[in-house]
Amino acid sequence: MTARLSPVLHALWPPALLGALLLSLWQAMVRGFDLQPYFLVAPTDIWVALTDNWSNVWEAMQVSGTNAAFGLLFGTIAGVLMSFLLSRFRIADELVTPMSIAINAIPAFVLVSVFNNMFSSTSEVPRRLMVTLVVFFVVLVNVAKGLRQVEPVHAELMRSYAASGWDVMRKVRIPNAIPFLFTALRISAPLAVIYAYVSEYFGGAQNGLGSRITSNIANSKNAVGWAYVAGACLLGLGFYLIAIVVEAVATPGGRNRNREG
Amino acid sequence: MSEVVGMSAVVGMRAVEVVGLGKVFNAGKASQVDALVDINLAVEPGEFISLIGPSGCGKSTLLRLIANLTEPSSGAVTVNGKPAKQARLEQDYGMAFQQAGLFEWRTVAKNIELPLELKGWDRSKRRARAREMLELVKLSDFADHMPWQLSGGMQQRIAIARALAAHPPILLMDEPFGALDEMTREHMQAELLRICAETKTTVIFVTHSIPEAVYLSTRVVVMSPRPGRITDIIDVPLGAERDLDTRESGDFFGKITEVREALRGAEYGTAGHAPKGVDDR
Repeated sequence: MTARLSPVLHALWPPALLGALLLSLWQAMVRGFDLQPYFLVAPTDIWVALTDNWSNVWEAMQVSGTNAAFGLLFGTIAGVLMSFLLSRFRIADELVTPMSIAINAIPAFVLVSVFNNMFSSTSEVPRRLMVTLVVFFVVLVNVAKGLRQVEPVHAELMRSYAASGWDVMRKVRIPNAIPFLFTALRISAPLAVIYAYVSEYFGGAQNGLGSRITSNIANSKNAVGWAYVAGACLLGLGFYLIAIVVEAVATPGGRNRNREG
Repeated sequence: MSEVVGMSAVVGMRAVEVVGLGKVFNAGKASQVDALVDINLAVEPGEFISLIGPSGCGKSTLLRLIANLTEPSSGAVTVNGKPAKQARLEQDYGMAFQQAGLFEWRTVAKNIELPLELKGWDRSKRRARAREMLELVKLSDFADHMPWQLSGGMQQRIAIARALAAHPPILLMDEPFGALDEMTREHMQAELLRICAETKTTVIFVTHSIPEAVYLSTRVVVMSPRPGRITDIIDVPLGAERDLDTRESGDFFGKITEVREALRGAEYGTAGHAPKGVDDR
């Protein structure tokens, strides 16, 4: 277990070091040039605001995080199911793929407003739906590619074994698509969190990180606003880390193996 | 058609029987290619047949027709006394390609077990057979390795073990050593002869290396392009036991010259220009 996670830890310290350097530079700039809080807040002030308001930040993180997690889960399930359908039936592929590209081209905030009108704007449904939709397309595109990209030599071998279409699906297409699923998760985990915040800018309950950031900045409580930004960073990072840990545990040996041929 | 039925009745025990075989790509279009024209070939059990010729002579297409990976435009293929399709469905042959084509998410042993899984063998029987095959290709220590941990030559040996896992009477190989370096290649050739002698497997082997064809084969089938056809079949009576000394014998070099001249004659005789695309190594 630790052997599998050690590459994660190994990948962690260089960005952590860079982050610490940038924070020091930020702090030195604010103090050195005597920047005012309405212009830029010092990291130490943000830290104080964060610790003072931690229970509120944590609550908001849970609200946005739950929305992101719901969307990630349902988007992944729906994306995987749809990609199976598309790889099995060519007609479904021809019908759905152009439409999914068209839907994907609609800016997210338009859809949130529409969902807010469709469902009670005090519920979390519109936000979860938005996240689900974004994750769905990322998963669909990647997993469908993995299911389709069968090496010609594998296809010929399976034919020489008199394998049925279902055998090929089970023994070749699905295992082939698994690394693609993890790539999709790595992309969509931070996306899910970002879309959960963005969805909160379009009305509805004022309980998530996105709405708290806007309301605090609007009330000139900049340090508190930044504390919620820090919470948002933590949440996004957490989602991403979970995605790569799941990948590291599920695919020992990693993705960087040499493909033959 | 009646002639074909008669033939297969008489020569039911032949490993492979090809009669009046033709293959046309893009029939009726401007880009029509006669890949193979009137191919006749009979392979007896235990033979090692090499198909050699320049690029575009249809040697791989002929192998794929025998394997029923593609359908003929005319003529018939009989494998192990059955129509090619039935032979494929009953896995009467194993196949190996230039790429080892191992499934990278499966261990070495699980790769060898795959054709057995598809035949519905139970787990313990599969495991036992995979062990036996690993012993045959001398890679017993690598059962639980992943394919990417193996060298190209080792991967190709696993591919051969997998092709022979169900003990098929026939092995079809499409330039299996084409991507290997010269030293590994000669070693693999010796290994292949040993494995086929131990398992009494009939082999049809596509190559464009003349020494490889001569060293391995009991007969070398010389092919020529535009249209793809058999121009010569050369017996190679170098004996069953072939080793390093064989490679240095006068008979070996004599046969190499004979095959090379047959290839050249095939080219000059029809197209009237210099031969190309055949490897002299």
